Parts: sequence; structure tokens; C-alpha cells
Amino acid sequence: MNLVFDPAWLPRLGQGVLLTVQLTLYCMGLGAVLGAVLGLVRVYGGGRWSPLYWVASAYIHFFRGTPLLVQLLGIYLGLPTAGILVGPFLAGLLAMTLNTAAYQAEYFRGAIQSVKSGQMMAARALGMSRAQAIGHVIMPQALRLIIPPWSNELIYMLKYSSIVSMTALRPETMDLFGVARSIAARNFRYFEVYILVALFYLAMVLILTVALRWVERRVRIPGLGTPGRGI
Amino acid sequence: MALLRVENLHKRYGHEEVLKGVTLAQDAGETKVVIGPSGTGKSTLLRCINRLTEPDQGRVWLEDTEITSRRTDINRVRAKIGFVFQDFNLFTHLTALDNVRLGLMKVRRMPRAAATGRAMAELERVGLAAKANAYPAQLSGGQQQRVSIARALAMDPKLILFDEPTSALDPELIGEVLSVMIQLARDGMTMIVVTHEMGFARSVADEIVFMEGGVIVEQGTPDKMFRSPEVPRTGEFLRKISDLYGESR
Ligand SMILES: Nc1ncnc2c1ncn2[C@@H]1O[C@H](COP(=O)(O)OP(=O)(O)OP(=O)(O)O)[C@@H](O)[C@H]1O
Ligand SMILES: [Mg+2]
Repeated sequence: MNLVFDPAWLPRLGQGVLLTVQLTLYCMGLGAVLGAVLGLVRVYGGGRWSPLYWVASAYIHFFRGTPLLVQLLGIYLGLPTAGILVGPFLAGLLAMTLNTAAYQAEYFRGAIQSVKSGQMMAARALGMSRAQAIGHVIMPQALRLIIPPWSNELIYMLKYSSIVSMTALRPETMDLFGVARSIAARNFRYFEVYILVALFYLAMVLILTVALRWVERRVRIPGLGTPGRGI
Repeated sequence: MALLRVENLHKRYGHEEVLKGVTLAQDAGETKVVIGPSGTGKSTLLRCINRLTEPDQGRVWLEDTEITSRRTDINRVRAKIGFVFQDFNLFTHLTALDNVRLGLMKVRRMPRAAATGRAMAELERVGLAAKANAYPAQLSGGQQQRVSIARALAMDPKLILFDEPTSALDPELIGEVLSVMIQLARDGMTMIVVTHEMGFARSVADEIVFMEGGVIVEQGTPDKMFRSPEVPRTGEFLRKISDLYGESR
């Protein structure tokens, strides 16, 4: 088989990489904020019968229980019918953020709940308010525990971001996969283009993995975290 | 007037009434040792005093503040009552110094430099200034418990509650914690100590309180409790724990 790679593809693929990375990092950042709030509500929001808990749970179940693609198209095609116009980038970002927030909420809940209950008790016994105890004692520990699952989520979202190629029609709004599709559709070099794109995704995943491992090591504290992750 | 007054405290978990009307008073500078079989409500009593557990009924006063009143700012009261836990509960993510300093900075709103000075002084007092930068996981159980005592002391508490502070420790580490506590008692700290260390009780307790089944069965000076208890059950229990834990320490 005769493989042909054309360097002329690279500038456009580079743009696609940029958009994919932007989309992923924004949605992960926003999703972390929303996810943390939802996770906190699930743990401290007043128990099963409080409206806050109920809203958070309903949100989480909805966004974890429906396909991301359905959410994306619902936003991209549905919102305009309600008079709210969203471009493909914004629709993608919104869908991915809302979706990852639901997953991250569960990671936060897990991390918060795995902080030993004596930590909260000791903080309250010192005279800290619940909010202070959460801010100064619980979250600093939960945030360290959440790095491994968060890293996985980041990698998932990086790859899932390819679904925005469903809605992007103009070149400047295309993510890496969208660019690849449009290049391949023109020159029929599907195999080469997709190999290249797979390598790009792989490279991004590896870079992010290494970066997060580094962060994890940087903030590691003896006695905090799971054995086997090199305490 | 007593520093701490506990009046007719009741606490129920489900169908089980764990505290069935506990009343006691404690003067400033006094050390009380609370003993009793497992499941008797000793920990529950301590936790009801600073409302880490909400009592169902009864009142608690610290000087002229009614702790159990809804209008009392419980966080301000807790800042004046130290609590030392059986399993230390040092903040896992903070060094010894930061453990002692956190309450000073966040609760007492002390500037960092002043808080550091105070925290170091307290670590010095429990003999651990050299371990200021160690994390809890890098300390022995005895050292962790001493840091947790320093954390309580730093807040200038009017009273410290100890819930079996040496029960989680290997035998060879108990002494270092007890000697810190003995020194505190001699320095005039007001303390309520749940413990089965009868050597400690004999040497520094002003009063021993024997609890069983959610009530105080008998209380009195160590002398009275050991030599001539009024309730036979008291003598029986004291003999049992003296055999079990030894008195030599
Ligand atoms: N949070 C809780 N929920 C339900 N039951 C509880 C709770 N805390 C304590 N109990 C029950 O209350 C009773 C008294 O417990 P407590 O811990 O006060 O006893 P204790 O005298 O401190 O015992 P020990 O010497 O074992 O520490 C026990 O039967 C215990 O099971
Ligand atoms: Mg107990």
C-alpha cells in the first residue's frame, strides 16, 4: 500500500488541534466549577429530602443518563427554536460542560466522602463554621484525591470533543476531527488523514497525562491518597 | 461559680437512650477523669458538651454562656473548648505547624506571624518543635496525639475534653502523651478526660466519675473511689480496669 502524507494538511490540522484543546480545557475548567458545586450539594446540601439535593441529583442523572450527542444536538438545534442562537463552538462547549459537570460532580462527591469524617469533626471542634471546614480542611484533601479520576475525565472529554464535528460546517469552527473529515472528503486519503489525526490525539493525551502526573506529584502529601500511587 | 455545668443531659439514638440524665459541674483548674464500660455514653457526653452531637434534652453552661441555647454562636463556644480525639484527627494535608496554626488564623483571625509564633510555642511545650514541618503520616501515634494537644492548647481553651487520648496508642507511646497531660493538669488546665489510665487518674484527677448505662453511678476523689466506693459496682469496675490496664504508669 502506498501512503501519501501531504504537509499542506498540517496548518489546518494545527488549527483543529487548537480548537480541540480549547474546547476540552474550557469545558473541563467550567465543568470542574459546576461539578464541585453539584458534588458539594450532594454531600452537604441537606440530605435526600432537600430541594437542592434533589435538583442536583436530577441534573446529574439526566446528563449522565443521556448521550452527549443528543445533548449537543438538543442545544445546537433546540435552543434556536427558543430564540437563543448559539454557534457551533458555543453549543459544543455548553454541551460538553454540562455533561462533564455531571460526571465530575460524582467524582467530587466520591472524593469529599472519602475524606475521613474525623477531619470535619476536628475542624468543627476548633470552632470553624461548616463552610470554613469545607474550604480549609475538606476541599484541599478532596482536590488531591480527585486528580486521578479527573485526569481520566479530561482524556475522555478530549476524545469526545470530536462530536462537535457534527455541527461545525465552516473550517474555522472545526475541531481536529472535523478538519480531518473535511480534508479527507476532498482528497479521499482517508487512511492517511485518520492515522495522522489518531497520532495527534494520542500525542495530546500523552502530554496531558504526563502533565497531570506531574501536578499530582507536586501536590502529593504523605498519607493522603491511595496506596500504590506512590505515597 | 463552676466553669462548666451540665444539667440533666439526655441523648437517644433510635430506641436506645445513651445518656439518661447526666449532671455534673466542673471548676476552673479541675481535672475530672471519666471512666465506665464500653458503650456507656462517655464519648457521647463529651460530644454533647460542645454540641458536636446535639443533646435531646438538658442544658450545658460554660461560665454564663448557655451552650445548649439556640441563640449561642456555637463556633465561638467551641473555640474556647479544646477537644482531643482518640484517633487524633490531625488534618492530614497539613504539617504539624499548620495543624496548630489553622485555628489561630481562621477562627481567632490571628495574623500569620503571630500565629506561627504561638503555634511554635505550643509545639515546643509538647516537645515537638523539631517536627513542625512533618505531616501527620510522618509522625508516630504518640507524636500525632501531642500535636493534637498542641492544636487544642493554641486556642487558649478554658477547658479541654479528652476522649480516650491514649487508647489508640502502642503501649510504649502512651507515656509521652500522659506526661504532657499530667504537666497540663499541674499547670492548672481544666480538663475532662475519658481514660482507663488509672495511674494518671490517681496522680492528677481531682475527681473520678464512674458512668454506666448512660448515668453517673458515682463520683468522688480518687482516694474515695479507690478505697471506699459507696456503690459496689464502682469498686468492681475499678478493680477490673486496674487489673486490665495496670496502675504502674
Ligand atoms: N452516631 C451514633 N449513631 C448511633 N448510635 C450511636 C452513635 N454514637 C454512639 N452510639 C451508640 O451510643 C452508645 C454509647 O456510645 P459512646 O461512644 O458514647 O460510648 P462510650 O462510653 O464512649 O464507649 P467506648 O468506651 O467504647 O468509647 C453505644 O451503644 C453506641 O453504639
Ligand atoms: Mg468512647
